[in-house]
Amino acid sequence: MPLDNVVFWVFAPISVASAIGMLLVRNAVHAALFLIVNFFCLAVFFLLLDAPFLFAVQIVVYAGAIMVLFLFVIMLLGVDSDVPVRERLVVQRPLAFILGAAFVVELFLAIRAGVGFSTKAPDVFTANEAGNTQAVAKVLFTQYFFPFEVTSVLLLVAAVAAMVLAHRKASTVTQAEIDAAAAGSDADELPVYGAGATP
Amino acid sequence: MRTPVAYYLMLSGILFMLGTVGVLTRKNALLIFMSVELQLNAVNLALVAFSRLHDDLTGQVLAFFSMVVAAAEVVVGLAIIVAIYRRRRSVDVDDVRELRW
Amino acid sequence: MVSQPDGALWLIPALPLATAVVNLFWGRRLGRWAGWLASASVALSFVVSLALVSQLVAKPADDRLFLQHLFDWISVGRFVVGMDLRLDSVSATMILVITGIGALIHVYAIGYMAGDPRYGRFFSYMNLFVFFMLMLVLGANYLVLYLGWEGVGLCSYLLIGFWSDVPANAEAAKKAFITTRIGDTLMLVGLALIVFRFGTLDFEAVFGTAGSVLTKDAATAIALLLFAGAIGKSAQVPLHVWLPDAMAGPTPVSALIHAATMVTAGVYLVVRSHVLFELSGLALTVVLVVGVVTAVFAATCAVAQQDIKRVLAYSTISQLGFMFMAAGMRAYGVAMFFLVAHAFYKALLFLGAGSVIHGMHDEQDLRQMGGLRRLMPITFATFLIGALAQAGIPPLVGFFAKDAVLEVAQHTGREVTYVLGSIAAFLSAFYLGRMLFLTFFGEGRSDRARQAHESPPVLWVPLAILAFGVATAGWLNLTPEGRVTGFLEQVTGAAPVGNGLEAAALAATATVISIVALALTWWIYGSGRVDWIGFRERLEPLPRAALNGWYVDRAYDIAVIQPAKTGAWITAYVIDDRIIDGAVNAVGGGLKLLAEGGRRVQTGFVRSYALAVFLGAVAILVYVGVRS
Repeated sequence: MPLDNVVFWVFAPISVASAIGMLLVRNAVHAALFLIVNFFCLAVFFLLLDAPFLFAVQIVVYAGAIMVLFLFVIMLLGVDSDVPVRERLVVQRPLAFILGAAFVVELFLAIRAGVGFSTKAPDVFTANEAGNTQAVAKVLFTQYFFPFEVTSVLLLVAAVAAMVLAHRKASTVTQAEIDAAAAGSDADELPVYGAGATP
Repeated sequence: MRTPVAYYLMLSGILFMLGTVGVLTRKNALLIFMSVELQLNAVNLALVAFSRLHDDLTGQVLAFFSMVVAAAEVVVGLAIIVAIYRRRRSVDVDDVRELRW
Repeated sequence: MVSQPDGALWLIPALPLATAVVNLFWGRRLGRWAGWLASASVALSFVVSLALVSQLVAKPADDRLFLQHLFDWISVGRFVVGMDLRLDSVSATMILVITGIGALIHVYAIGYMAGDPRYGRFFSYMNLFVFFMLMLVLGANYLVLYLGWEGVGLCSYLLIGFWSDVPANAEAAKKAFITTRIGDTLMLVGLALIVFRFGTLDFEAVFGTAGSVLTKDAATAIALLLFAGAIGKSAQVPLHVWLPDAMAGPTPVSALIHAATMVTAGVYLVVRSHVLFELSGLALTVVLVVGVVTAVFAATCAVAQQDIKRVLAYSTISQLGFMFMAAGMRAYGVAMFFLVAHAFYKALLFLGAGSVIHGMHDEQDLRQMGGLRRLMPITFATFLIGALAQAGIPPLVGFFAKDAVLEVAQHTGREVTYVLGSIAAFLSAFYLGRMLFLTFFGEGRSDRARQAHESPPVLWVPLAILAFGVATAGWLNLTPEGRVTGFLEQVTGAAPVGNGLEAAALAATATVISIVALALTWWIYGSGRVDWIGFRERLEPLPRAALNGWYVDRAYDIAVIQPAKTGAWITAYVIDDRIIDGAVNAVGGGLKLLAEGGRRVQTGFVRSYALAVFLGAVAILVYVGVRS
């Protein structure tokens, strides 16, 4: 049994299961954790597909940064549970499932007609001759240089945007300041905000 | 490579479908956002699979860019969600429906 | 055959047109001078006409034609119509009558309309009318004729409704215009047929080639359509109903338009187009029948009228019937002579009636009059002459005219026409006598009658001049056998001759009939021995029916006017308001409903929008998949 086959058939169910798990759980933190599992599986797939650079980036960026950011916000806002209120839009859930199923079926037919279910990738990935990272770097800084610069600007803009959006007006009196003013002059230490405490 | 490429593509499709159902069904904005991330990842998988099939690094580079953009998007999206939460004390998307008839 | 006059032909219509414009814009400032200016212009036109006609007469008999081309009016492809004027014996006769009698009536109107606030406007309209009438008779093609035709219709409308503050006057004006419109429209169809067949409207071209171009049916169609216009304009049965109501206008208007000139346009048209009528024998028969029927019908109505002007209106209708009778028997010269004679004595009678009304302080009812011959002697004398002339007493001109018509009838074997014509003549003398005796004889039956006074000179001088003309025409041998018809023969052809009773016998018979009628009326109305009020009451309901024109107006009202009004109401309030507006509003309302339903798509739920997007994506995938 070829190794990549085994690995694939081990991790594929895990990734699907974790995705389904993410859909079903009520608690947002649990859902985030399931998603992290999914990301790890995907990283393994990237490795299987001869993309070690992406394997590393996936873990570092997605699982390490993005999901952590998610968890921060979930904790900050304290919106743990997705309370199951009765669904207002009645057609939403059934129609979503039906369309999802239809989509998968379409995709199956498209793949069968296009790539074909027996096509295997060539044995050697020639593009990776000089090592994957070097090859990616070479392509990235020559052929795709312009998108590269643009995305760096994009990241800058995103950071500024986040600061602007999340900024609170300086003149707003915080509860802490009110408490401090009420408590007296020795309250010059900022109180700690815990999860669930509202500013 | 022993596994046919089509299997990776089907997996990617299934993950994408699950992500979409999550977007359509959940009410919590953060959970919807996470489902969107799932969709993006599914697409990345498909891109890399094709890159391996066609012996071309373009797919990997595209997946790389996709990750970068997803990161930026998450930043801004979460900032928005935080801003909305501050105003309304809720992240239920069904509560944000002023722009209607 | 064509000669150019010294270019003065256009002056004849141009003079009244110029003063019409002047009076229209500066009439108020001219004040009393407006009337004198208008009269002077028509008089000057008469002088120019006299000069040109004498030039015409001086030429040899077969060369009496002046043509003048003013400018190209319509020039479309091969269809060319010029503003052309034509002076031949027929139009010469007409212009002399129009300008001559017109000038006298204008002078009369100076006094009659004195003090009216729209004095200048009145004379502007009168001059405009003279202009259009002159264009009608001077036209060298059918289109110029039609221009004049329509123009006189317009002026008639303006003048009938001149005192527009009284609603009845406006109604009468409308009635006149609309009724003649029916005839005018048919006439226009006739003109179109002429263009269709001949490619031109020019008289020379049409009459010269008619024999070879037209079939008998085409000629009948054209002739009948033209005659339809004549029926309307000349108030023949069945389109006669407007003329009695047109008496709502001022008396000079009634005299000029509705006695002497406009209503004779129909006769002129028939005489001018006689070539077409003769190509179709049927058309001439129709003309004759219409003429006879109208003559008798209108005479019966005239006998019962109580308003002095309405008697004269029905009388005009009846006399026009005589003219058409003559035309229908191919005696065009006789018809034209009758036209001229009638213009004189009818104008005289109308102006006299106006003088009576003026003296009676605007009273027009015969029953209120009486004994005016002592208080208004000049009016009485002139009116008497006019009445006797129409009644056919020799040697006044009316006798010659009527006798000529009946003579032609008898000589050409048309016995029925002769008898009916004689009956109409009897009735004609009867109603004239009635009018004469009721107005001028006996004792005044009201205060106004007893306090009546003679009219000022500006009113009775024209009366005197007209009376002079009426009296002397016969003496000057201007008889049908004499100069007039000889003058006209070049255009109209000789009158038909036949065999019958001797001319003298016929003349005597006609005279006896008239005298008997007059004697009868003297006995009933003048001698005081008969209670004519009771006499009338015993004959009811005939007098009432005759008074109402044998209820023709009511018949039209029921058959035509009410359905038309209902149709108009339906069109306006049902079709326009409900159906058309309803359809438009329904489209608007439908769109509104659509929009109201459509906007519910914007639910505000982000998730349903996402669902819609996904649905669309799946659909596109299916489409692409199926396609490939």
